[in-house]
Amino acid sequence: MSTVRFSEDHEWIAIDGDIGTVGITDHAQEQLGDIVFVEVPESGRVVAKGEECAVVESVKAASEIYSPVAGEIIEGNATLVDAPETANSDPAGAGWFFKIKLSDPSDLDTLMDESAYNTFVGS
Amino acid sequence: MNDGILKKTPLHDLHITLGARMVPFAGYEMPVQYPLGVMAEHLHTRSQAGLFDVSHMGQLRLYGDNRAKLLETLVTADVQNLPVGATRYTLFTNDNGGILDDLMVTNAGDHLYLVVNAACKDADIAHLRRIFGDDLEVQADAALIALQGPAAAAVMARLAPASTALVFMTSAGVQIGGHDCVLTRAGYTGEDGFEISIAGAQAMDLAALLLQQPEVEAIGLGARDSLRLEAGLCLYGHDIDSTTTPVEAGLPWAISKSRRLGGGFPGAELIQKQLAGGTARKRVGIRPLGRAPVREGAVLSTADGAEIGHITSGGYGPSVAGPVAMGYVTAANSTLGTPLNAIVRGKPLAVEIAALPFVAQNYHRS
Repeated sequence: MSTVRFSEDHEWIAIDGDIGTVGITDHAQEQLGDIVFVEVPESGRVVAKGEECAVVESVKAASEIYSPVAGEIIEGNATLVDAPETANSDPAGAGWFFKIKLSDPSDLDTLMDESAYNTFVGS
Repeated sequence: MNDGILKKTPLHDLHITLGARMVPFAGYEMPVQYPLGVMAEHLHTRSQAGLFDVSHMGQLRLYGDNRAKLLETLVTADVQNLPVGATRYTLFTNDNGGILDDLMVTNAGDHLYLVVNAACKDADIAHLRRIFGDDLEVQADAALIALQGPAAAAVMARLAPASTALVFMTSAGVQIGGHDCVLTRAGYTGEDGFEISIAGAQAMDLAALLLQQPEVEAIGLGARDSLRLEAGLCLYGHDIDSTTTPVEAGLPWAISKSRRLGGGFPGAELIQKQLAGGTARKRVGIRPLGRAPVREGAVLSTADGAEIGHITSGGYGPSVAGPVAMGYVTAANSTLGTPLNAIVRGKPLAVEIAALPFVAQNYHRS
């Protein structure tokens, strides 16, 4: 079972070795409403922690997705681009945005675990 | 704005009960969406009927013997020849021909009934007060409820049989559920429908009665915006404002024929010149060719990078099932089908000039 961490920008990252899979939380998709467009980063792109690297748009507004860790993008979710509503229906699963090879695993120490995140959005 | 304290409409408690997400809008706390969500609310309005609380808009009455003639000094409509029971869309203009607000005016027999935008309400009242003095009555405690969609007529026929006599842009006093209402067959969605003016104290009863009808769902401001955008209708402060003229905005039809010739409203001379000779820029429909929505503020440029306009409203059109927008471009680039780029997040996205509206209007004209 992989470790999952959460950012204050409402992204989750599931860690398997030095590879992280990143998506938006159920709370985030609920706040955004009906998602109609998603842009994911290209593989090979190197991003800093907190860098804007994907876009999610609902009927009403556009929002940026920030990388919760530094590293190199190894895959964007092409399925999500074709079916952006997947980020509403399965945000923690098939609605993932991108996979990233972490350059500094200590970035994870700055993120929240699930219970801390639940407290964060509940507050 | 009232020290940051948001005003509430007479239907506020209903929105809370229905689980609406409330947001600040034009000084009011308003429902942006209900649990159904913007997409489903939009599609429900196009297929059945949606109830909208638009009580934040200003409802005004003008009295006095010369009311029609006096109002004509401020707006572009032929008010003097407006038949009793008829409604017109018109514009308050300024001396530069810019639009101060867009509004509906109805000849209610013993007075003129005006509906103005919430964000412009205070300025409009001051503007009218200078001319009308005490002959201007602000209906501050009245509610305004819109019922919009193809099933609106059947719902209204059930509750107010007299409504069947109304065609698009006409108005009458009717009783609904035992309450006195002013019913106007008009709206802001491109669909057939009604706007119902009622005393604030009776608005909860009326809204509950309407929501009991199987065709009706409550619809928030989010879907109201996507519906009006698909219908090609202007949003004041975005698609039109004090720097855009009615001719640039593609609203010459809001200037009555007699007023085009006779003038007599602020900025008439400049507007008459533009009606005859055209304008340097025009409001147009914009259709993004990809899937990405193109939103307000995005710059429009030609293939060689020349900046020729910008987007004033844009988003996703649920009925179109794709992105839709409108904006201003130079006249030379305003022909239907002209390919342009919209700059979104620093990247050029292919768009083209498209016909407005994006969906067929469904008004009950006869």
